[in-house]
Amino acid sequence: MKLSLIRDILNAEVLSGESHLEDEVYSGFGCDLMSDVLCYAREDAVLLTGLVNKQVLNTADMANMNSIIFVRSKVPSEEVIQMAKEMNILVMTTKYILFESCGLLYQNGLIGAHIR
Amino acid sequence: MSYEIVFDVKRGDFDKAGEASRKIKHTLQQLGVTNKIVRKIAIAGYEGEMNLAIHSLGGKILLEVGESKLTLTIEDVGPGIPDIDLAMTQGWSTAGDEVRQMGFGAGMGLPNMVRNADEFDITSQVDVGTKIVMSFLL
Repeated sequence: MKLSLIRDILNAEVLSGESHLEDEVYSGFGCDLMSDVLCYAREDAVLLTGLVNKQVLNTADMANMNSIIFVRSKVPSEEVIQMAKEMNILVMTTKYILFESCGLLYQNGLIGAHIR
Repeated sequence: MSYEIVFDVKRGDFDKAGEASRKIKHTLQQLGVTNKIVRKIAIAGYEGEMNLAIHSLGGKILLEVGESKLTLTIEDVGPGIPDIDLAMTQGWSTAGDEVRQMGFGAGMGLPNMVRNADEFDITSQVDVGTKIVMSFLL
């Protein structure tokens, strides 16, 4: 699923990394536990979370994920947005809660990371 | 050719935590290490770096690049782990609320390191420190 479609489905505002909007992701991972993201998320996934600190960016970077959606209208600090730009990570924010965000994307065909 | 790089990690410095792992990842990418192996080292190293910032009194991360394997050594100056088996248990953690609010302290750090490394060794002595050695085969 293209990230531009995800933006449209979630009516999200893009905060950084607009150049990735035409990139595809193949799964989604919704979580506020960063170690679980590091353990279970696939690198082709988009990360959905309610946390907005630097460690979310570091987590995505280490896991080779290039897109993050902040749910519940969360907006990170300008410093974190700047860091996302430097790391070339697409960051967007949506008004939907985590449950609704994941549900909408799943309903539109995006699968979750399968824990085996 | 082989060489070493050392990174210092300070206790409680969550503003800087992650920088060493990002440098390690960048270094390995420049060396042409495959994406799959870089990801494993980056994740294991980052968990180790966060553990240093969260639990230790400060420590170092040493990256050794060899012909056939990469080695990460994560060593701190205390406080040491009284029960290593318990610390290795998935879901067990002594981390406080501040750390949990950042998305860490869920008791997945050490198991995540074991999961990503090809070889893993941990030794610890209370009031002295903890040493973790992880190898990744090229």
